[in-house]
Amino acid sequence: VNATSLTSILIWLPIAGALLIWLLPLSRYATGSLALLFSLAEVGFWIEQAARFDFSGSSLQMEERAKWFGDLGVSYHVGVYGFSLWLVGLTVVALAVCTGYGFWVGRDRSRAYFGLMLLLTGATVGVFEAQDLLVFYAFFEAMLIPLYVLIGVWGGARRMEATIKFVIYTMAGSLLMLAAIVAYGLQAGTFDLVDGPTSASRWLFLGFMLAFVIKAPLFPFHGWLPDAYREAPPEVSAVLSGVIAKAGLYGMLRIAIAKFPDPTSYYRTTVLTLAAAALVYGSLLAFRSADFRGVVAYSSLAQSGLIALGLFAGTDLGFDGAVLQMVAHGLTSTSLFLIAGAVERRTTTGEFRLLGGMARGRPALATLLMTVGVISLAVPGSASFAGEFLILAGVFQRAWWWSAIGAGAIVLAAMYMLRLISAVLHEARGSTVADEALDLRPGELALVVPLVAGLLFLSAWPAGISHHSFFGQSPAATVQSQFK
Amino acid sequence: VSLHTPHVDWFGLGPVFALVGTSFFALLCAVLVPHALRRMAAFGISVAGFTTGIVLAVWLYVDSANGHTIVSGAFYRDRWTALGQLILCAVGLATTLIAIEHVPGSGRDADRTRRDDHIAEFFALLLASGAGMTFFVGAANLMVLFLSLEWFSIALYVMCAIDYDLEGSLEAGLKYLIVGSFGAAALLFGSALVYGATGKISFHGIAAAVASQGLTGDTFVVVGIALIVAGLGFKMSAAPFHMWTPDVYEGAPTTVTAWMSSATKVAALLLTFRLMTTAFPHDGRLWGWAFAIVATASLAIGNLAALVQRNVKRILAYSSISHAGFMLIGLSAGSALGGRALMYYLVPYSAMAFGSFAVVAARERELGVPVTLENLAGFGWERPFLGVAMWFFMFGFAGLPLGGGFVGKFYVFAAAYRHGWVWLVIVGVLATLVSLYYYLGIVRAMYMRPAEELQVQPGGGVAVTGGAPARETLLHLAVGAALVVSFGSLFAVQPLIDLARHAAGALPL
Repeated sequence: VNATSLTSILIWLPIAGALLIWLLPLSRYATGSLALLFSLAEVGFWIEQAARFDFSGSSLQMEERAKWFGDLGVSYHVGVYGFSLWLVGLTVVALAVCTGYGFWVGRDRSRAYFGLMLLLTGATVGVFEAQDLLVFYAFFEAMLIPLYVLIGVWGGARRMEATIKFVIYTMAGSLLMLAAIVAYGLQAGTFDLVDGPTSASRWLFLGFMLAFVIKAPLFPFHGWLPDAYREAPPEVSAVLSGVIAKAGLYGMLRIAIAKFPDPTSYYRTTVLTLAAAALVYGSLLAFRSADFRGVVAYSSLAQSGLIALGLFAGTDLGFDGAVLQMVAHGLTSTSLFLIAGAVERRTTTGEFRLLGGMARGRPALATLLMTVGVISLAVPGSASFAGEFLILAGVFQRAWWWSAIGAGAIVLAAMYMLRLISAVLHEARGSTVADEALDLRPGELALVVPLVAGLLFLSAWPAGISHHSFFGQSPAATVQSQFK
Repeated sequence: VSLHTPHVDWFGLGPVFALVGTSFFALLCAVLVPHALRRMAAFGISVAGFTTGIVLAVWLYVDSANGHTIVSGAFYRDRWTALGQLILCAVGLATTLIAIEHVPGSGRDADRTRRDDHIAEFFALLLASGAGMTFFVGAANLMVLFLSLEWFSIALYVMCAIDYDLEGSLEAGLKYLIVGSFGAAALLFGSALVYGATGKISFHGIAAAVASQGLTGDTFVVVGIALIVAGLGFKMSAAPFHMWTPDVYEGAPTTVTAWMSSATKVAALLLTFRLMTTAFPHDGRLWGWAFAIVATASLAIGNLAALVQRNVKRILAYSSISHAGFMLIGLSAGSALGGRALMYYLVPYSAMAFGSFAVVAARERELGVPVTLENLAGFGWERPFLGVAMWFFMFGFAGLPLGGGFVGKFYVFAAAYRHGWVWLVIVGVLATLVSLYYYLGIVRAMYMRPAEELQVQPGGGVAVTGGAPARETLLHLAVGAALVVSFGSLFAVQPLIDLARHAAGALPL
């Protein structure tokens, strides 16, 4: 396969798979296997792409460009940078695992379900690879379509409220982004992200940022988050918090910061304040949360805040740390949601007051939850520690108090994660925990263990990402030059 | 006394004659063809008529690069006309496909013979209204405009009321007749004022007279424009001239609604854009603002009123009002980009509008009662193809990038922005946001209702024997075509925009 066509293959292969699954009248088992095959092929293509990626080379790689409509300067333009490569990798791995989870639990209406999961994969990869604003927007919106149906059909009892809230919140942001895109593109004469000039318009910056802070989300735009994360099926929550949220953060990096340097510095304090608020507030809510998924949901809010802190620090360390932390948090939160799903399947609930004592007789569950939990609370030596340390060091260069707030919140992270671990695994045996509730089955292990292995690998070699995301000596300079 | 007859370019009127001629044959068919064959014969004639119309429209498009007027300056032979006729004939063909299986009255009328007695007349009316619309989009003077408007309107009034044993259908026909006549009267009065001020009835002549006699801002011309805008506003069902739309769309047989909601809008919007840019370029600011306000009103009223509806046809009726608003955004810009935006937008819009009503028609036939959000429950899982199609149309209407509706919105926003109307872009964005609620409401009703709510009784509580729903191959075909058009227009933007650009090139922009 030609190296440049890998970029398009990664987007369109799963979408073609979705169409195939919708068209072929296969059994549930065959449908699931086919979907899994497509997502594994996707992982394979990504590995091939990463292997062929030239980390020392500059600018956009594996670029493809075709005319979409010329009179307004819109083209189908895709390509990858170092940091987008990692996010694409996170997407395909997490989506493959989550598709596998859906297969393992045997979701009903399998053709619809697996088609939507594949569609989601393609759309999300598209967001991370798009180099044209309208293509970016199209994929950014396209993610919403499968998510809406996945939550609405396979979600929990209160899924209706959750979906409506989720869609209205996200669309409110992204439609204003569409207005901003129209304005930016017509002023610039092109919608291309690589060729397009920088803009000093604060309104446009705010239009883009609103979409991204809702998607990420940051305080106070997280109203949709608790409901969506609780009501979605666990593997969809995993995708939402592990991958989709990163699309918002990626947008900040690729578009808001790179294309709007002046507004970025003008609003830097504001965004940093919102990020710090998300970090502290999310951590406090996670600590108070009464159920497994609540803790992970709010900790995702906190982590989004932390990553935004790194991005808007605007320093070399901040950017490196933010990208590393996006991947690390993507892996931890995907694993945590899947473990939450495993716990819920065994006990019918995620509420702490009904859980407890699950470690006894379930060594695999206990080990995995402990490992992921400890990584996620950023114990020194873990990938999250490396990411958070870089972010805090980066934002320290901006002003010391930001990193003081951040460090404080990391203590909170330790508190809520340890509370979660002890509430689920230790303490007295909960009323819903029966002896029959078995340990993780091989199928579940096969899904979660690769994620944890990835985390351990990153813990051993965080520089694998943090030194391979931006070409050139200084990430901040690279961002300032709009990745050229 | 020697009568001076104009030279007639018969070929330039080809699509119109194709439809008028076949309409005539369909009518003959109602009288001459034996009962057993009548249904298929009329269907075949209708298919032949619209297919010929499509072929001739394509031919005219290719052959009319230099647009000009024909028949003594009464009719435009140019690409704007030809493309409009092409869309109209395509919608007409699709309507024919669903009409044969969803003849007005089907599923309700126990007396099948009586129903079949009207099938040929129905197709005759369909062809006649199509002919009127294809004539309307090419009108080059106020007289042709008015005559062709009445021509297709009268056919539509009868089509709305064709289910005359149903009160709703009769009511729809009467309501449409009264309100439509009012609109036509306003249009006629406006035309008279414009004629009185300028002494011209041809679009070009009016513009020339306004320029040479310094009539820009003249009271008669301005009032005339206002009345013409109102008259055409009725036809495109833009607020505040929309009051008839929900009732008529709800009451009319769904096949007719599908035809009206897409074709009438295509004809009215294309003609309006041509009339305004050709006849009244000097008052561009005036009608630009007028249409911007009408667009805002349509977006506000259409979207807000749709939120509280339970009847799916009414929801779609309000949605069509709001889409009139979106298209008027492009129209009000009055630029070449606006024209392209309008022409492009109409392609996915007419496919989605037609397709969604066709799906409603299928459900209505299955249940035998009006389709509401409640009895739509579970439809998506029972009829996967129609469900997915409806899902698709709803997301497309909402402007999510699942079809050309997304690019259409992008284009009209771009036209408004380039015109300097950021506020109109914001209005459009907010309207889209509101519209999500009811479009997703339909998707939710089809797919996400809890299992206990899925127990919909077919036949409105009366058990119906027969089990599986009718096969409706042709309806599936038509819905599939609508799906292909609305999805394909997302990818084939460039070719469509090129077509639209050449079409808009015929207008003095």
